[in-house]
Amino acid sequence: MTLPEPFRLVAFLVGTLAFVGLNAAYLVWVERKGAARFQRRPGPTEVGPAGLLQPIADALKLLSKQVLVPPDADRILFRVAPILVMSPGLMCLATIPFGEQLAARNLDLGLIMVFAFGSINVMAIMLGGWASRNKYAIISAARIVSQNVAYEIPMLLVVVTLLMSTGTTNLQEIVRQQAGGFWNWNILRLGVNPLMPITFLIFFTCMLAETNRAPFDMAEAESELVAGAFTEYAGMGFGVFFMAEYANVLVGCSLATILFFGGWQSPIGILSGVGWFLLKLYTLIFVVVWVRWTFPRTQFYRLLNLSWEILIPISLVTLALTSVMLKLFGK
Amino acid sequence: MQLERTNIVTEEGHETFVLNLGPQHPATHGVLRVKLTMDGEYITRAEPVPGYIHRMHEKMGENRTWAQFLPNTSRIDYLSAMHYTHAFVSVVEKAAGIEVPPRAEYLRVITSELNRISSHLVWFGAFLLDLGGFTPLLYAFDDREKILDLLEGVTGARLTYCWYRFGGVGNDVEPEFVTGTREFVTYMRPRLDMYRQLVTENVILRKRLEGVGPISADQCRKFGATGPVIRGSGVPYDVRRVEPYSVYPELDFEVAVHPGGDCMARYLVRMEEIAQSLRIVEQALAKLPEGPVLGKAPKTVKLPPGDYTFAVEAARGRFMVRVVSDGKDVPYRVRLRAPSFSNLSLFEETSRGMMLPDALALMGTLDLVIPDIDR
Amino acid sequence: MKRALRELAGGLTSLLTGMKITLQQFFKPDVTVRYPHESLKMPKRYRGHIVFVREPETGRSLCVACKSCEKACPSECIVVNGVKKEGEKKKSVTDFKLDFTKCSLCGSCVEVCPTDALEFSKQYNLASTTKTEYLQIDLVKRLEEGK
Repeated sequence: MTLPEPFRLVAFLVGTLAFVGLNAAYLVWVERKGAARFQRRPGPTEVGPAGLLQPIADALKLLSKQVLVPPDADRILFRVAPILVMSPGLMCLATIPFGEQLAARNLDLGLIMVFAFGSINVMAIMLGGWASRNKYAIISAARIVSQNVAYEIPMLLVVVTLLMSTGTTNLQEIVRQQAGGFWNWNILRLGVNPLMPITFLIFFTCMLAETNRAPFDMAEAESELVAGAFTEYAGMGFGVFFMAEYANVLVGCSLATILFFGGWQSPIGILSGVGWFLLKLYTLIFVVVWVRWTFPRTQFYRLLNLSWEILIPISLVTLALTSVMLKLFGK
Repeated sequence: MQLERTNIVTEEGHETFVLNLGPQHPATHGVLRVKLTMDGEYITRAEPVPGYIHRMHEKMGENRTWAQFLPNTSRIDYLSAMHYTHAFVSVVEKAAGIEVPPRAEYLRVITSELNRISSHLVWFGAFLLDLGGFTPLLYAFDDREKILDLLEGVTGARLTYCWYRFGGVGNDVEPEFVTGTREFVTYMRPRLDMYRQLVTENVILRKRLEGVGPISADQCRKFGATGPVIRGSGVPYDVRRVEPYSVYPELDFEVAVHPGGDCMARYLVRMEEIAQSLRIVEQALAKLPEGPVLGKAPKTVKLPPGDYTFAVEAARGRFMVRVVSDGKDVPYRVRLRAPSFSNLSLFEETSRGMMLPDALALMGTLDLVIPDIDR
Repeated sequence: MKRALRELAGGLTSLLTGMKITLQQFFKPDVTVRYPHESLKMPKRYRGHIVFVREPETGRSLCVACKSCEKACPSECIVVNGVKKEGEKKKSVTDFKLDFTKCSLCGSCVEVCPTDALEFSKQYNLASTTKTEYLQIDLVKRLEEGK
């Protein structure tokens, strides 16, 4: 059943906003509970049953703080930066297919759109750091930009590798191609690219680095001693940056699910639907949290070295290998 | 008061700025201020400014009787309190000729080594916290809880034990302590294995620590750095072997040494020390004799006039007590030689030209406890 | 080239081993004791602030106000006074104030007392909004009130 266009638009708008908002808030709860379980302690338990109202308490706390704008900060850019940093999360989710019928706007160039909007994130952080007019915020923001640029490249190379085997950038189409059982999922298509699991690992690492998650959160955390990119943001301004990080994680993991794990396809071939998509999505988010709480941080130059010296050569190798395999053996 | 020039120009013509690694840290070091002169990312000069927690223990020594000074000894370096009390009671026993029964000596060794393990566990957790790995801190503190529970059953306190007395220890231990400690030793060995797999062999940590912050043996000798710092530079200097005290000569253990000189070497030395301490505890428990735990000591201790010293191997290095007595029941002078102070003085020279995160890793491996620096 | 690949593979396995260990810890139970909903039993020798030992027959304190604890205390936190009542051989205590803000729980007073009149309590969760409540812990009053 398809609703008339205006109703469908409103329904998806509300749905996407609700999904992103709820996730951005409750991924904080997932992270805190997950961190606690890895560290063998309970985590938030007092506020609400099993601490479920904790994000609401945190949000209320942040809302009640005074929003200080530094006197010589750029007035417009300082206020615009948090909004801009939240927007990629919302916009990219317009093309992500949650289920057979559940794609807000299934564009033919859906994949390209996701990456295009994803780079707004970097620009917004840079704006936030620069508009603060704080020496340390600018240094930290510049580091985030160089880290993101370094990790965009292997990510795009990996996606191009995948595109060569799928032949389309339409996300719904990519998911439909992985119908059948889990042996049809892109991560196991070793006939096309024997290094496909490595490709997934590169994509995952780049996703962690793009969203500034540990062990790549050098720019935010090392600057604990000095400052971070978001120092001048108080109260809800900081809260929005924080939620945007989780929204980005959400987009990255959804993309990984669609590209490698079959999206909403079920692993046994029947009863596909949005439930499988959410299950895979949250498993990947759990892995992201797991990685964060296990490892220490890298040094900044090693982070960049990892990308330029290791990930890019490997992704070029997979690209070359895939093209050779496709030429010799066809699709 | 001299005004600090903030725009010192280096030889290459760069302008430097002064960054205050202020007394308040987000990391766990304590109240130490380090004035860093930075050239961009690199440190050109690091000047530690201690004194924010100077509590005048040495002055208090001149106003309290010999027995009244005992609580102070626990609070100089609260993480390895037993060792510091051991030094003080030993110097008084040596000077006044008070005999210590063998059971008390063995109990002192067992509790001292347990304290060393718990101090190294705190160092391990805090060091990894500085580097960004939050989880091993909690695993280490879980292990430490077991040690603290054992020691609480014996002494009644968890951190600042005031249990050693002149001539022995304050009270005898229950059989539960002996069985509990044996259980702890069997529990701890697989945990050390887990730490090795989770942390020591982790490629991120190895890249972070290998080759970073080299300290040569000559630099250690120049500044008087002792403990795991000098043993991580290849010199097997351990007070328990060089100036043996208590019953250590009867126990079989190895001195943990690593020739590397970098942060990884000091890290490995401390992890090996935990394993060796477990060995010592095991042997001492097996050899624990029966008997009294307190020898004959006068009610009011008075030392014959003179100058007496005693050194122990504390968790951080060589801790030495020097007392000067003029025959009264109050010391004339108590001098405490703190290992962290000498270890800290290495920082200025070795951190020149390093990047800030590497310098912080270096400071972490020096294992500084700031109240020990300031006393 | 081969060495670099081997190093890379070794690095990756170390990361995966680390992740396996944290996952194993994930499924183990909590270590936390959820205070104040749960609490632990204090060990026998735990050092809380000092209290009087009650004499079993008479219910009075064993203290004879000899002031040994006052002299032995390193922090000068004890003030004790007593009077010799009619028909008794020793003094009995009338006034025993402990300044708990200075006490370091060293145990000298407990050890040096000739009649073993003092012992450690198991009180570990003292909390107050004013300093005066702990400035003058009155042991005589506590004994009378039955604490």
